[in-house]
Amino acid sequence: MSVASGLPAAPAGREGATPGLGEVILGPGAVTPGLGPYRLAWRRLRGNRVALAFGLLFLAIALVSVLAPLYAHQIAKTGPDENHITETIKVGGRTLEVVSPGGIPIGPTWRSRFFLGADQNGRDIAVRLLYGGRNSLFIGAVATTITMVLAILVGLLSGYSRGPVDGVLSRAMDVLWAYPAVLLGVALGVVFALGGIDLGLFHLQGSSLLVPAVIVGVVYVPYVAKALRGQVLGLREREFVDAARAQGLGHVRIMLGEILPNLASTIVVLVPLMLANSILREASLSVRGAGVQPPSPSWGTMIAEGIRFIPAAIHTTLVPGIMLMLAVLGINVFGDGLRDALDPRARVRVGRSPVSAEIET
Amino acid sequence: MARFVARRLFSMVLVLFTISILTFLIFQAIPNGDPALRLAGRTATAPQIEDVRRQWGFDKPIYVQYARTMEKIIDGEVISYSQQQNVEQEVWRDLPVTISLALGAGILFLIFGVLFGVLSAITAGRTTDRALTVLAMFGISMPAFFLAAVMSYYLGYKWGIFPIGGYVKLTDDPWGWFTHLIMPWVSLAILQVGVYSRLLRSNILDTLGEDYVRTARAKGLSERRVLSRHVLRNSLIPVVSLWGLDLAALFGGGALLIEIVFDLHGVGQYAAESIGRLDVPPILVITMLTAFFVVLMSAITDILYAALDPRIRFS
Repeated sequence: MSVASGLPAAPAGREGATPGLGEVILGPGAVTPGLGPYRLAWRRLRGNRVALAFGLLFLAIALVSVLAPLYAHQIAKTGPDENHITETIKVGGRTLEVVSPGGIPIGPTWRSRFFLGADQNGRDIAVRLLYGGRNSLFIGAVATTITMVLAILVGLLSGYSRGPVDGVLSRAMDVLWAYPAVLLGVALGVVFALGGIDLGLFHLQGSSLLVPAVIVGVVYVPYVAKALRGQVLGLREREFVDAARAQGLGHVRIMLGEILPNLASTIVVLVPLMLANSILREASLSVRGAGVQPPSPSWGTMIAEGIRFIPAAIHTTLVPGIMLMLAVLGINVFGDGLRDALDPRARVRVGRSPVSAEIET
Repeated sequence: MARFVARRLFSMVLVLFTISILTFLIFQAIPNGDPALRLAGRTATAPQIEDVRRQWGFDKPIYVQYARTMEKIIDGEVISYSQQQNVEQEVWRDLPVTISLALGAGILFLIFGVLFGVLSAITAGRTTDRALTVLAMFGISMPAFFLAAVMSYYLGYKWGIFPIGGYVKLTDDPWGWFTHLIMPWVSLAILQVGVYSRLLRSNILDTLGEDYVRTARAKGLSERRVLSRHVLRNSLIPVVSLWGLDLAALFGGGALLIEIVFDLHGVGQYAAESIGRLDVPPILVITMLTAFFVVLMSAITDILYAALDPRIRFS
């Protein structure tokens, strides 16, 4: 896709250290008094109520997930891994079994205990949902950080240096790109779940949450790196880079001080996109047993357990699935608004939409 | 042009080669992953295990093992560890299922993606556009396996509208083939419909601002003709190239979770089972098959782009 993606147009961000044309002619800030491009973007975003509402939805989900222990101790009075198979519960005067003798768990009671029902082990789904949210969101955040940091490094290095460094890095990205991401993720997940990752100094246990986070993070690097590299290729030919070079700045200073700030709006647009994708990918890894290891909950593992149980109790699938969808929807709609705000003509283009990079099964 | 094609072909081979080595190494690195132990069975004695190891060549250095496996793959003779079946025959057996699944879903998401994208662009900012945007956002945010599970429960199990799972051969019973695949197709397509319609919508809106569109309008072409001849034709190119890549990923068993939910026994399910058994030969074959499709499709799109757009230099 290197030919196909073309060079994305320069972002709406600031142009290195060079003042805008308007500032040169009319003095600083004469065109739009006091408003930089990011201030302007923030203004546009503030006007987009839908995007803000969905951003808040995601924040709310993240907040209740963080407060999971509070809910578990104060309201549900049970932990995420506590079984209540043999217990009974009073709902509206009737005494019900948490899990029936036939193995069918109770549905939503809408009471403080088993608010969203129980799963087949008699565990409180609402409690697991919140603890699972912590794990899913944590993995999503770590994976996104890994993706962005590695992709920025690769994009800057290979776009700026061109030549052999670019050749090696680009080939490496091609390999990761063509590697069937689903298979790679599942294969790595299964392998590391069995043995953990041993990188000399670091040793990760197979059950560590960082294992799926690292896998998801690395798998997505080429999608972001390719987009950034294309942009760096265009930026390095611009006058302000020549000017910086003429001032005697070193390559590292130019990359970090001159080129990186111009990538900022692309990066800001890509972060929510990658966060949404990472959360979805974690879920699909967990469904295949290659992500979060039971009994630790995550939205993906909960859906997986629910699917295995499907004709008997659909709520065990529906509850985590809907929560996952709402969280991802929140990020996606907010991210869309963010892109429109930063770049009203939607000039920031990813060579190939990461969402669609492979089927997110 | 010939040099460009040759270089693309060379880098294709290089990528495939690297992927095969990586896959081989990943599964060598598993602790307690010694295939000889599993092949010999639970009650095997140490000499028996040694026998198996020698027989399968696991005592050889790793590069010799790799070379032998690749040789067998190229000759079509590679045997899986767990079932001891010819891997390529198994893949051939499962491929029609996966191709049916992929092609059907691909046609579905191309048609509806384009339809919704165009509708959304020509009604930009109005109610239709808003509604389609909401739908697309839901599609993008919905994990396909979750949708598949919910559909199979309500439409299959509860209301009995569609069969719950399994695959019926097209040659045996075309109608049965169709009804068994509707739910898998739809659950796979929803995500892509969302992605494509959003992509096409913004492409069309971008293209509408181009000078040649103004020229076309200025010379008096009808709006419909401007749209179909000048705008759509240019806006569709990225969508179609994306389609090729998505289809390639699906052909290679990228839909493994959908295949599992609907019990279709395609290439993806075979891959998933093989990964679970740490069975290297099938994983290697399927990984390379998928990578081959992806690399081939992206080479084709690159070459087509270059051929269609004179501004792209063959460099």
